[in-house]
Amino acid sequence: MSFLGLDALGAVLLVPIAAATILIVLPGYVLSARLNVVASLVTLGAAVLLFFERPAPGQYLHVDDLNVVFIVLNTFVGFTTSVFSASYIAHEIEIGRLTPTYLRFYHAMYQTMMFGMNLALVANSIGLMWVAVELATLTTVLMVGIYRTSEALEAAWKYFILGSVGIALALFGTILVYMAARPVVGEGVDAMTWTILVANASGFDPALLNLAFIFLLLGYGTKVGLAPLHAWLPDAHAEGPTPISAVLSGLLLNVALYALLRFKILLAATPQAIAPGPLLVTLGLTSLVFAAFMLYRRRDIKRMFAYSSIEHMGIIAFAFGMGGPLANFAGLLHMTMHSLTKSAIFFAVGHIAQVKGTQKIAEIRGLTVTHPVLGWGLVLGVVAIAGLPPLGIFMSEFLVVSSTFARQPWLAIPLVLGLLVAFGALLLRLGGLAFGEPAGSTAPVEASYVPMFAHLGLVCTAGIYLPPPLVAWFQHVAALLG
Amino acid sequence: MDRFAFDLAHLLAGGLVLVSFTMLYQDRLYALLNIFAIHALVLTLSVAWQANVQHAPHLYVTAAIALVFKAIVVPLALHRMVVRLGIHREVETVVGIGATMLAGMGLVALSMVVMLRVTPGADPLAREDLAFALAVVLLGLLMMVTRRNAVSQVVGFMSLENGLILAATGAKGMPLVVEISVAFSILIAFIVIGIFLFRIRERFDTVDVHALDRFRGERR
Repeated sequence: MSFLGLDALGAVLLVPIAAATILIVLPGYVLSARLNVVASLVTLGAAVLLFFERPAPGQYLHVDDLNVVFIVLNTFVGFTTSVFSASYIAHEIEIGRLTPTYLRFYHAMYQTMMFGMNLALVANSIGLMWVAVELATLTTVLMVGIYRTSEALEAAWKYFILGSVGIALALFGTILVYMAARPVVGEGVDAMTWTILVANASGFDPALLNLAFIFLLLGYGTKVGLAPLHAWLPDAHAEGPTPISAVLSGLLLNVALYALLRFKILLAATPQAIAPGPLLVTLGLTSLVFAAFMLYRRRDIKRMFAYSSIEHMGIIAFAFGMGGPLANFAGLLHMTMHSLTKSAIFFAVGHIAQVKGTQKIAEIRGLTVTHPVLGWGLVLGVVAIAGLPPLGIFMSEFLVVSSTFARQPWLAIPLVLGLLVAFGALLLRLGGLAFGEPAGSTAPVEASYVPMFAHLGLVCTAGIYLPPPLVAWFQHVAALLG
Repeated sequence: MDRFAFDLAHLLAGGLVLVSFTMLYQDRLYALLNIFAIHALVLTLSVAWQANVQHAPHLYVTAAIALVFKAIVVPLALHRMVVRLGIHREVETVVGIGATMLAGMGLVALSMVVMLRVTPGADPLAREDLAFALAVVLLGLLMMVTRRNAVSQVVGFMSLENGLILAATGAKGMPLVVEISVAFSILIAFIVIGIFLFRIRERFDTVDVHALDRFRGERR
């Protein structure tokens, strides 16, 4: 039976690569957009199969209870974004913002990026994981710069330089982990294989591992967008095509966080090593409070939601840093909810920016009047992301806050402060965007609402009712995270 | 361990740090590119010596990549680019040379203190290699933040990657997959940078990254 599982694992990696190869030569955007959707759907199907059929861990690839959650989330949002992307791109071609050549490149890069992220999630070798994260970074750099405006180029350059520095620091950390593992595990591939590392972690040199974690935290933390390493994130989100903003926020940040979690587990398995929790808690709280205040001054709608992503990654990092079954559960739930909600918001924002022809908040007003479906979709999304009951994010934020109150009450003060400040900023902006005096174009919009409302529907359902199998699964994973 | 093998490895790794320092105070792009070629050459020698000492023939491949790609191809390509763009004049620095050099010394001291303190158990060769490698990485970072010109930022990034390769080869028996991937990623990175430089030139007729900031306008 493991044969089928191996096939599913292979498909998660091979389908995107095969699709990318075809897409780079395929002319005609309608056909390539469809192929992009189909390939993403097949990848999603293969990812779901991994729940049932799982191959034994190999030297380079493995699937366990932790990463299967990430893989399914990754491929699901990848699929819905490809549906959104098809209608978004049609408009970009119409107004001539993208040429067919660039579009071919765009679709091929989309699948290559999906490949990179899936590979990072299933990699059993910490070296392979690093390569995959770097691949995903480089492809997104190219996508961010695809409009070739001066702002897009600046954003891509900044992202490239900061991302490379981060990734370089992460490699140094990876080498240090190898150095720590070598005396115990022996030379060669084994000393970089995740499953073997964790099994032998108790014998590792704690000092070396501590240093390694600092580098890994700074390196992968840059990719997570934790303050003060976040400088690339708002620009990259604001200037690239909106589907890319959706996958950046919804997926790539998660992949980097997953890498950090892996090393956190490794450190937790080594007695005498520093506890990684407080470091994550500090960075998480800094990001949360910083981003919450920054939300007030934003004039660009995509930039504002980019800061909101920093805020939420801060909350997630904080929850995982606190550790324990309840906080980890809340962190996992929050990560899932944030991915779904934030990509839904970017789907709405993408169409809004297209129809209004601007990303400036001041020039987008009264959306519920001019474009009721989009406007109310945005309202629902922002209400969800701000953490109002009864939506999914309220539940996960409530769990984070209540578990913090129970264990470290004084840490809950900055946490709640950050949440409230961000809440205020988002609702303040939403007032003008959705209910102000209508301004700008009122032209009807050709949008596909299905991905947006599918995500929002899931988020609403999760706020009211979480299926018991899902809860059991998350609880199990939360226990694994320690 | 053979005393001579240790000394030579030490000399080469230390040489890499020295060349990194030399790069910090270059104020002309041509000179900077030449020094970078020397940097890559020293790295080649160091990696080749590690291959010899560790009896790890696959490291010769890494050495060959460093020699051909980083010591010859990249400097030549960047040289041509500089000629074509006509930007061989002085390199703009953000901070004065003196302050940069002082900061560099501080970083080297820091990496020595940190690495030698946490690795008393590791074998001496790997340990000192790692300390030097960290110094090269940090100096590369310093160079990236103190330069405004895109070409010199790229050179800073590549010297940083050289430091990473020094660390990877110093870690005895590290799997080949990582070395190849490092070399390969540099290749990709270079292609990316090449595209960027091309595009930046197309749009602004300059590769001074500082010029990019002006276009931000009211967005901030």
